[in-house]
Amino acid sequence: MSTIANGAGAAERRGLKLLIVDDSNIMRRRIERSQRFDELEVVGAAANGLEAIELFRRTDPDLVTMDITMPQMDGIRCIEQLVRLKPAVRILVISALADKATAVDAMEKGANGFLNKPFTDRQLNEAIAELIRGA
Amino acid sequence: MLQEQELKTFVDGTTSYFEVAAQQPASVGSPYLVTDGMPAVHEYTGIINVSGRREGVVYFTAPKAMLTVLLMKMQENDFSHENMRDLVGEVANTISGNARRDFGNEFVISVPSVLTGERTEPPVVAGARSFVIPINWRSHSAKLVVSLK
Repeated sequence: MSTIANGAGAAERRGLKLLIVDDSNIMRRRIERSQRFDELEVVGAAANGLEAIELFRRTDPDLVTMDITMPQMDGIRCIEQLVRLKPAVRILVISALADKATAVDAMEKGANGFLNKPFTDRQLNEAIAELIRGA
Repeated sequence: MLQEQELKTFVDGTTSYFEVAAQQPASVGSPYLVTDGMPAVHEYTGIINVSGRREGVVYFTAPKAMLTVLLMKMQENDFSHENMRDLVGEVANTISGNARRDFGNEFVISVPSVLTGERTEPPVVAGARSFVIPINWRSHSAKLVVSLK
Protein backbone atom coordinates (compact mmCIF):
# COMPACT_ATOMS: atom_id res chain seq x y z
CA MET A 1 0.00 0.00 0.00
CA SER A 2 1.38 3.42 -0.92
CA THR A 3 2.03 5.98 1.75
CA ILE A 4 0.53 9.44 1.83
CA ALA A 5 2.69 12.57 1.62
CA ASN A 6 3.16 14.16 5.01
CA GLY A 7 4.75 17.39 3.89
CA ALA A 8 8.21 15.90 3.71
CA GLY A 9 7.51 14.23 0.37
CA ALA A 10 6.77 10.63 -0.35
CA ALA A 11 7.87 8.32 -3.10
CA GLU A 12 4.35 7.18 -3.86
CA ARG A 13 0.91 8.69 -3.42
CA ARG A 14 -2.33 6.81 -3.28
CA GLY A 15 -5.43 8.64 -4.36
CA LEU A 16 -7.96 8.92 -1.60
CA LYS A 17 -11.64 9.49 -2.10
CA LEU A 18 -13.42 12.10 -0.01
CA LEU A 19 -17.14 12.41 0.62
CA ILE A 20 -18.38 15.73 2.03
CA VAL A 21 -21.56 15.78 4.10
CA ASP A 22 -23.18 19.05 5.19
CA ASP A 23 -26.65 20.50 4.79
CA SER A 24 -25.14 23.84 3.73
CA ASN A 25 -24.16 24.07 0.07
CA ILE A 26 -21.83 26.94 0.97
CA MET A 27 -20.06 24.75 3.51
CA ARG A 28 -19.77 21.81 1.11
CA ARG A 29 -18.17 24.07 -1.48
CA ARG A 30 -15.92 25.66 1.13
CA ILE A 31 -14.55 22.30 2.26
CA GLU A 32 -13.99 21.14 -1.31
CA ARG A 33 -12.33 24.40 -2.31
CA SER A 34 -10.17 24.83 0.78
CA GLN A 35 -8.65 21.37 1.09
CA ARG A 36 -5.08 21.36 -0.20
CA PHE A 37 -4.30 17.71 -0.81
CA ASP A 38 -3.47 16.56 -4.32
CA GLU A 39 -4.14 13.00 -3.34
CA LEU A 40 -7.73 13.76 -2.34
CA GLU A 41 -10.49 13.40 -4.87
CA VAL A 42 -13.93 14.64 -3.86
CA VAL A 43 -16.25 11.91 -5.06
CA GLY A 44 -19.48 13.30 -3.73
CA ALA A 45 -21.29 15.82 -1.56
CA ALA A 46 -24.41 15.02 0.45
CA ALA A 47 -26.88 17.32 2.21
CA ASN A 48 -28.04 14.91 4.91
CA GLY A 49 -27.31 11.53 6.42
CA LEU A 50 -29.59 9.59 4.11
CA GLU A 51 -28.02 11.03 0.99
CA ALA A 52 -24.61 10.39 2.51
CA ILE A 53 -25.30 6.69 2.96
CA GLU A 54 -26.51 6.35 -0.61
CA LEU A 55 -23.48 8.19 -1.98
CA PHE A 56 -21.18 6.24 0.32
CA ARG A 57 -22.41 2.95 -1.11
CA ARG A 58 -21.94 4.20 -4.67
CA THR A 59 -18.56 5.88 -4.34
CA ASP A 60 -16.80 3.91 -1.55
CA PRO A 61 -14.86 6.87 -0.12
CA ASP A 62 -11.86 6.53 2.15
CA LEU A 63 -12.53 9.75 4.04
CA VAL A 64 -15.69 11.58 5.03
CA THR A 65 -16.30 15.03 6.47
CA MET A 66 -19.53 15.00 8.44
CA ASP A 67 -21.78 17.73 9.78
CA ILE A 68 -23.99 16.83 12.74
CA THR A 69 -27.13 18.98 12.61
CA MET A 70 -28.83 18.00 9.38
CA PRO A 71 -32.38 17.21 8.31
CA GLN A 72 -33.68 13.68 7.73
CA MET A 73 -30.72 11.98 9.37
CA ASP A 74 -28.19 13.67 11.62
CA GLY A 75 -24.47 13.13 11.51
CA ILE A 76 -24.20 10.93 14.59
CA ARG A 77 -26.66 8.38 13.22
CA CYS A 78 -24.98 8.58 9.85
CA ILE A 79 -21.55 7.91 11.32
CA GLU A 80 -22.88 4.73 12.93
CA GLN A 81 -24.18 3.53 9.57
CA LEU A 82 -21.04 4.38 7.63
CA VAL A 83 -18.73 2.66 10.08
CA ARG A 84 -20.92 -0.42 9.88
CA LEU A 85 -20.67 -0.36 6.08
CA LYS A 86 -16.92 0.20 6.05
CA PRO A 87 -15.09 -0.03 9.39
CA ALA A 88 -11.89 1.37 7.86
CA VAL A 89 -13.49 4.64 6.78
CA ARG A 90 -11.97 7.76 8.33
CA ILE A 91 -14.48 10.40 9.44
CA LEU A 92 -13.85 14.01 10.38
CA VAL A 93 -16.79 15.66 12.08
CA ILE A 94 -17.12 19.35 11.14
CA SER A 95 -19.82 20.86 13.31
CA ALA A 96 -20.96 24.03 15.04
CA LEU A 97 -21.88 21.97 18.14
CA ALA A 98 -19.13 22.97 20.51
CA ASP A 99 -19.93 20.87 23.59
CA LYS A 100 -17.62 18.06 24.64
CA ALA A 101 -20.42 15.51 24.94
CA THR A 102 -21.13 15.75 21.22
CA ALA A 103 -17.49 15.29 20.34
CA VAL A 104 -17.25 12.28 22.65
CA ASP A 105 -20.45 10.81 21.23
CA ALA A 106 -19.16 11.19 17.67
CA MET A 107 -15.83 9.59 18.50
CA GLU A 108 -17.52 6.73 20.31
CA LYS A 109 -19.68 6.12 17.26
CA GLY A 110 -16.57 5.90 15.09
CA ALA A 111 -15.46 9.38 14.08
CA ASN A 112 -11.70 9.95 13.96
CA GLY A 113 -11.55 13.71 14.41
CA PHE A 114 -13.64 16.73 15.33
CA LEU A 115 -13.38 20.26 13.96
CA ASN A 116 -15.61 23.05 15.22
CA LYS A 117 -17.18 25.65 12.98
CA PRO A 118 -16.18 28.36 12.29
CA PHE A 119 -12.75 27.22 11.16
CA THR A 120 -9.87 28.64 9.17
CA ASP A 121 -8.48 26.97 6.06
CA ARG A 122 -5.39 26.08 8.06
CA GLN A 123 -7.43 24.35 10.75
CA LEU A 124 -9.37 22.43 8.14
CA ASN A 125 -6.24 21.24 6.40
CA GLU A 126 -4.54 20.26 9.64
CA ALA A 127 -7.58 18.19 10.55
CA ILE A 128 -7.68 16.54 7.13
CA ALA A 129 -3.93 15.86 7.29
CA GLU A 130 -4.52 14.04 10.55
CA LEU A 131 -7.28 12.03 8.92
CA ILE A 132 -5.08 11.12 5.97
CA ARG A 133 -2.24 10.00 8.22
CA GLY A 134 -4.52 7.35 9.65
CA ALA A 135 -5.83 6.18 6.29
CA MET B 1 -34.87 34.24 31.75
CA LEU B 2 -31.60 34.92 30.02
CA GLN B 3 -28.78 35.83 32.34
CA GLU B 4 -25.98 38.26 31.58
CA GLN B 5 -23.36 35.50 31.32
CA GLU B 6 -25.57 33.60 28.92
CA LEU B 7 -25.91 36.64 26.70
CA LYS B 8 -22.14 36.93 26.69
CA THR B 9 -22.02 33.43 25.20
CA PHE B 10 -23.96 34.67 22.20
CA VAL B 11 -21.97 37.90 21.94
CA ASP B 12 -18.74 35.91 21.96
CA GLY B 13 -20.13 33.45 19.41
CA THR B 14 -21.08 36.27 17.07
CA THR B 15 -17.68 37.90 17.43
CA SER B 16 -15.95 34.62 16.75
CA TYR B 17 -18.03 33.91 13.68
CA PHE B 18 -17.14 37.13 11.92
CA GLU B 19 -13.48 36.99 12.95
CA VAL B 20 -13.00 33.47 11.65
CA ALA B 21 -15.55 32.82 8.92
CA ALA B 22 -15.70 36.33 7.54
CA GLN B 23 -12.02 37.02 8.31
CA GLN B 24 -12.93 40.45 9.50
CA PRO B 25 -14.18 41.29 12.99
CA ALA B 26 -17.61 42.74 13.55
CA SER B 27 -18.51 45.34 16.10
CA VAL B 28 -20.97 43.64 18.42
CA GLY B 29 -23.01 46.03 20.51
CA SER B 30 -24.43 45.64 23.99
CA PRO B 31 -27.49 43.43 24.08
CA TYR B 32 -30.73 45.16 24.88
CA LEU B 33 -34.08 43.88 25.97
CA VAL B 34 -37.00 44.13 23.59
CA THR B 35 -39.84 45.81 25.41
CA ASP B 36 -42.31 46.47 22.62
CA GLY B 37 -43.27 43.64 20.28
CA MET B 38 -40.51 41.87 18.32
CA PRO B 39 -37.58 43.63 16.70
CA ALA B 40 -37.83 44.29 12.99
CA VAL B 41 -36.09 41.82 10.74
CA HIS B 42 -33.94 42.42 7.70
CA GLU B 43 -34.34 40.80 4.29
CA TYR B 44 -33.03 37.38 5.40
CA THR B 45 -33.50 35.71 8.76
CA GLY B 46 -32.03 32.40 9.84
CA ILE B 47 -33.94 30.83 12.72
CA ILE B 48 -32.90 28.13 15.13
CA ASN B 49 -35.49 26.57 17.43
CA VAL B 50 -34.13 25.63 20.79
CA SER B 51 -35.49 22.84 22.97
CA GLY B 52 -34.36 20.66 25.82
CA ARG B 53 -33.26 22.33 29.01
CA ARG B 54 -34.00 25.76 27.48
CA GLU B 55 -36.77 26.61 25.07
CA GLY B 56 -37.00 29.39 22.58
CA VAL B 57 -35.46 30.69 19.41
CA VAL B 58 -32.26 32.27 18.26
CA TYR B 59 -32.26 34.09 14.98
CA PHE B 60 -29.77 36.01 12.86
CA THR B 61 -31.26 38.62 10.58
CA ALA B 62 -29.26 40.52 7.98
CA PRO B 63 -29.73 42.59 4.85
CA LYS B 64 -28.97 41.20 1.43
CA ALA B 65 -26.11 43.67 0.97
CA MET B 66 -24.29 42.36 4.02
CA LEU B 67 -24.80 38.75 3.03
CA THR B 68 -23.52 39.50 -0.46
CA VAL B 69 -20.27 40.88 0.90
CA LEU B 70 -20.02 38.03 3.38
CA LEU B 71 -20.35 35.55 0.53
CA MET B 72 -17.62 37.37 -1.39
CA LYS B 73 -15.34 37.17 1.63
CA MET B 74 -16.02 33.44 1.66
CA GLN B 75 -14.92 33.27 -1.99
CA GLU B 76 -18.43 32.56 -3.16
CA ASN B 77 -19.60 34.07 -6.44
CA ASP B 78 -23.14 32.77 -6.30
CA PHE B 79 -25.31 35.59 -4.94
CA SER B 80 -28.61 33.90 -5.59
CA HIS B 81 -31.59 33.95 -3.26
CA GLU B 82 -30.90 30.32 -2.37
CA ASN B 83 -27.33 31.05 -1.40
CA MET B 84 -28.43 33.98 0.76
CA ARG B 85 -30.86 31.66 2.54
CA ASP B 86 -28.15 29.07 2.97
CA LEU B 87 -25.73 31.60 4.47
CA VAL B 88 -28.13 33.21 6.89
CA GLY B 89 -29.17 29.77 8.14
CA GLU B 90 -25.56 28.70 8.48
CA VAL B 91 -24.69 31.81 10.52
CA ALA B 92 -27.60 31.20 12.88
CA ASN B 93 -26.68 27.52 13.14
CA THR B 94 -23.03 28.24 13.89
CA ILE B 95 -23.66 30.80 16.60
CA SER B 96 -26.34 28.64 18.23
CA GLY B 97 -24.25 25.48 18.03
CA ASN B 98 -21.27 27.25 19.53
CA ALA B 99 -23.46 28.27 22.47
CA ARG B 100 -23.46 24.64 23.55
CA ARG B 101 -19.89 25.16 24.70
CA ASP B 102 -21.44 26.94 27.69
CA PHE B 103 -25.02 25.68 27.68
CA GLY B 104 -24.15 22.01 27.21
CA ASN B 105 -25.66 19.32 25.03
CA GLU B 106 -29.11 19.71 26.54
CA PHE B 107 -29.36 22.97 24.61
CA VAL B 108 -30.89 21.20 21.63
CA ILE B 109 -30.88 23.13 18.38
CA SER B 110 -32.92 22.53 15.26
CA VAL B 111 -31.79 22.66 11.68
CA PRO B 112 -32.16 26.24 10.49
CA SER B 113 -35.32 27.59 8.94
CA VAL B 114 -35.22 30.80 6.94
CA LEU B 115 -37.58 33.73 6.52
CA THR B 116 -37.19 36.18 3.68
CA GLY B 117 -38.52 39.70 3.48
CA GLU B 118 -38.54 42.57 5.90
CA ARG B 119 -42.27 42.36 6.43
CA THR B 120 -42.17 38.83 7.79
CA GLU B 121 -43.02 38.20 11.40
CA PRO B 122 -40.27 36.57 13.39
CA PRO B 123 -41.25 33.80 15.77
CA VAL B 124 -42.57 34.82 19.17
CA VAL B 125 -41.83 32.68 22.19
CA ALA B 126 -44.57 32.91 24.80
CA GLY B 127 -43.16 33.51 28.24
CA ALA B 128 -39.71 34.47 26.99
CA ARG B 129 -38.05 37.84 26.84
CA SER B 130 -36.09 38.71 23.76
CA PHE B 131 -32.68 40.28 23.64
CA VAL B 132 -31.21 41.92 20.58
CA ILE B 133 -27.47 41.80 19.97
CA PRO B 134 -26.64 44.50 17.42
CA ILE B 135 -23.98 43.64 14.87
CA ASN B 136 -22.11 46.09 12.67
CA TRP B 137 -19.81 44.72 9.99
CA ARG B 138 -18.22 46.77 7.23
CA SER B 139 -20.89 49.47 7.52
CA HIS B 140 -23.69 46.91 7.41
CA SER B 141 -26.03 46.27 10.31
CA ALA B 142 -27.52 42.97 11.37
CA LYS B 143 -28.99 41.49 14.54
CA LEU B 144 -28.82 38.36 16.56
CA VAL B 145 -32.01 37.90 18.57
CA VAL B 146 -32.07 35.51 21.49
CA SER B 147 -35.42 34.61 22.97
CA LEU B 148 -35.17 31.87 25.60
CA LYS B 149 -37.33 30.93 28.56
